[in-house]
Amino acid sequence: MPAVYTAAVPVDVSAEVIANTPLSSDYNVLALRAPAIAAAVAPGQFVMVKASTSHDPLLRRPFSVFEVLRDRTGAPTGISLLNKRIGASTGLLYAAQPGQRIACLGPLGRPFTLVDPPAQGWMVAGGVGLAPFAALAQALQRHGVAVTLFYGARRAAELFYLDFFRELGVTLVLATEDGSLGEAGRIVAPLDRHLTALDRQSPVTLYACGPEGMLAATANVAIRHRRPCQVSVERIMGCGMGGCYSCVVPMRGNDGVFRHVRSCLAGPVLPGDQILWE
Amino acid sequence: MDLSVRIGPLTLKNPLIAASGCFGYGVEYADTIDLSSLGGVAVKGLFLTEREGHPAPRIVETPAGMLNAIGLQGIGVRRFVSEKLPELRARRATVIVNVCGTTLDEYAEVSRILSDAEGVAAIELNISCPNIKEGGMQFGCSLRGTSDVVGAVRKVTSLPLIPKLTPNVTDVASFARAAEEAGADAVSLVNTFLAMVIDVETRRPRISNVLGGLSGPAIRPIAVRMVYECRQAVTIPIIGMGGIADARDAVEFMIAGASAVQVGTANFVDPFIWSSLLDGIQDYMRRHHLERIADIVGTLETGHAVVERSGA
Repeated sequence: MPAVYTAAVPVDVSAEVIANTPLSSDYNVLALRAPAIAAAVAPGQFVMVKASTSHDPLLRRPFSVFEVLRDRTGAPTGISLLNKRIGASTGLLYAAQPGQRIACLGPLGRPFTLVDPPAQGWMVAGGVGLAPFAALAQALQRHGVAVTLFYGARRAAELFYLDFFRELGVTLVLATEDGSLGEAGRIVAPLDRHLTALDRQSPVTLYACGPEGMLAATANVAIRHRRPCQVSVERIMGCGMGGCYSCVVPMRGNDGVFRHVRSCLAGPVLPGDQILWE
Repeated sequence: MDLSVRIGPLTLKNPLIAASGCFGYGVEYADTIDLSSLGGVAVKGLFLTEREGHPAPRIVETPAGMLNAIGLQGIGVRRFVSEKLPELRARRATVIVNVCGTTLDEYAEVSRILSDAEGVAAIELNISCPNIKEGGMQFGCSLRGTSDVVGAVRKVTSLPLIPKLTPNVTDVASFARAAEEAGADAVSLVNTFLAMVIDVETRRPRISNVLGGLSGPAIRPIAVRMVYECRQAVTIPIIGMGGIADARDAVEFMIAGASAVQVGTANFVDPFIWSSLLDGIQDYMRRHHLERIADIVGTLETGHAVVERSGA
């Protein structure tokens, strides 16, 4: 008897590209038909994706699920991915054509924990780190939580989906490194100010995803303001299943000792105050 | 059709083994695939005590392959026996434990603990990891070291012993012979090829350990050659591995002389690969009117040389 599925998830689907929407010369959103994954995924979880069947590039790449796509009745039909072209695999995903099939394994990993109202949810995104926050914003809003998105990028043209978040009722705080939109500089500066201005009794949970430096800075700001902070880390991942031990993060255990944990199984969402940042 | 294979005293229900270092402790996949459907599960290398391994980045992709230097992060043999082995037993997995050591005594002690545990089918001796400073390849790159490790462990266990050989030597067949003479029941090969990838913009190595082990389809032809060379040199069974990505690749190793095969990197790409591998091997056997896996093993035709040159 050959190997058989013994669990409902993760599943590996050959997902048809429904649409490929370029956002800039580097960024695109890929809509994939994957009802089984869409029905099971929670905000913050990821899929392992491979655009070609060839051995080069060989490995899959991890992607946070950006949006859950639904039909008119609200039934989940697929997922979208926010992709930034940086190498061979992401280049193939940038160039993917509707009708093309893409191997998609998931959902994988631990999702964000939704905070309960009256606590607020503040999402902190840097660049392509916006990826998990469309789905999280929808889930938090449905849960009755007021959501703010702190969103930083290099320039105005790389701040995407602003209308999507506005229509959801998400409060936006923007920053660009060149000052072309929002505050000039890094997004952590306005985040720090907003936390300083916030009443100490007013509960807020931070959710962060972006470059390592931004995550470390956000985690430190959260510690200073005594706010919980869930970070979605990105590591080079071989398998996404716990098999290869590539994607490790040094985490403080209950005994105070730092140990390497696999971000594919323990994460990608991890408590920011337990991570030893580089 | 009989898919079972004999590896010395060990009988596997089929020739497919999940390769050590590529399948965690097996339990990670227990809800995804039926572990009992595999010929064997070679779990991640274990020392006597816990090890943290190297910092990230630990892997980098290469043309049709990947480089890794994990550094044998692991929970140690005692925690494996208490925390992982019971579930592997419950799932009826055929467990092959990859044993590491920095000294002969450590290899022997880890093996002794495993011999006393219930549910270990065989020991694979890791004398070939290229990514640690002490132990590993240090033993596997010397004939004396290979012989010493196998001999030391042979004294403390009656479990089938399978030294895993490194390809980072001039004549791998002589190491297979040394292992056989020291009392090994089989050999497995190849571990990864010591290799390096540099980011030319930053002039920095792409993995934290600077050097790492190359695996994946890129290494397969060299691995097949090495299995073929070992087949001429020893009578004990050979477990072949190195870049197997489909059933044809697995059959290729068997024709070269492997009685069973391990699959590692391809499991990263497709964790559900096992059923298609098994189906493909059965399809091959049907097409060639073969009843048993053993009918494939070591059947290379060299009587009349193939003169056709592909790609010439």
